[in-house]
Amino acid sequence: MARMTTHNLDARNLLCPMPVIKAQDAVAKLSSGDVLEVTCTDPGAAHDIPAWCRVHGHSVKEIKQGSNELVVIIEVGETDG
Amino acid sequence: MIKQPKAVALVSGGLDSMLAVKVIQEQGIHVEGINFFTGFCVEGHTHAIRKKDSAKPKRNNALWVAEQLGMKLHIVDVIEEYKDVLLNPKHGYGANLNPCLDCKKFMVHKAVEWIEKNGFDFIITGEVMGQRPMSQRKDTMPIVAQESGADDLLLRPLCAKLLPETKPEREGWVKRENLYNFSGRSRKPQMALAEKFGFDDYAQPAGGCCFLTDASYSAKLTDLWRARGDRNYEMDDVMLLKVGRHIRPRDNFKLIIGREEGENNFLSGYKKRFINMHITSHRGPLLLVDGRPDHPDLELAAQILARYSQGRDESEVSVEVTDLEGNVTNMVVKPMPADSILKKWHV
Repeated sequence: MARMTTHNLDARNLLCPMPVIKAQDAVAKLSSGDVLEVTCTDPGAAHDIPAWCRVHGHSVKEIKQGSNELVVIIEVGETDG
Repeated sequence: MIKQPKAVALVSGGLDSMLAVKVIQEQGIHVEGINFFTGFCVEGHTHAIRKKDSAKPKRNNALWVAEQLGMKLHIVDVIEEYKDVLLNPKHGYGANLNPCLDCKKFMVHKAVEWIEKNGFDFIITGEVMGQRPMSQRKDTMPIVAQESGADDLLLRPLCAKLLPETKPEREGWVKRENLYNFSGRSRKPQMALAEKFGFDDYAQPAGGCCFLTDASYSAKLTDLWRARGDRNYEMDDVMLLKVGRHIRPRDNFKLIIGREEGENNFLSGYKKRFINMHITSHRGPLLLVDGRPDHPDLELAAQILARYSQGRDESEVSVEVTDLEGNVTNMVVKPMPADSILKKWHV
């Protein structure tokens, strides 16, 4: 059985939609069940990354809101590959 | 079993592409969306910068549209490739620096590459004949199809009946009689169709999605190119032109002054790359200096900055200046009177 792995993506200092694009490109390389933690500084990412996840069938496990940055934790759903 | 045809739709986040997708979905076609980020898109980040816009929803409209339609949306970074479209448009510019025809051609061409890579059958757009003065005319729409390489794989569901038959129609993947013949600048047919589909909340339609159609933005970009003597640009240039008050008192330097807290926060991210100033004796904005100012130029900059601070009516205010090496100096200046900041300095 494939093991779930956790990956990190630094999307700090990028403005939307770039954090979404970076997350999308990172998810494309992962397998179902993997976890991607995306660190962002643009507050818009808290809306856009979950919206992107919803349309692609991935789930957002948690959004950790810090004072200057936030971490969106994505669990990869079914992948096309 | 007959394979279900698959289409990719160019999705801006406006009403027209939303309708085009729905029309094709209604015909049993699997549709996914593609959205290109050129750097000049009005979407998203500009709302995030300005605090005064914080009451507006910060949603990405293309993603929102995809969600309403139950389709996947692929967002593609084309910032680098787009430079050639903007700098060398074969078909020229529109009223401002908008290379609409070359832009559409470029995006459709990227969609052709995408369908080839992903095994999709055709491309749809929300174009309406006669709606845009450059890229959506009866004579230019075929140019987009030809020069993009899409040819008859490009279907415009909202005005297909006014155009030659495409492959999806010929092959019977979609029924031509269920497509539309919208033309002109009136939005009434689109609004009626939106009502039919039950769409009641959609972004302000077409035309407003790109900064290059904006006269004020285009003037700032033209000024930047002229001052540098070079038309190349980086993403940071594109972003900075969207933010703050831009004042060029001399040819050799320009001032970028935050207009409110959100802009000051955004500009502060660039402090290490520009000479910057802020007022220490009063509340006031952050200023970045773009160019090669000498000492008298910096004094002038400080006087202008003081004008936009709460010390504007004082006889003197204190200004802290940080140079590119991080050295900090202090100046005391008299705020410049409003009428001395010449109108022609405002970019």
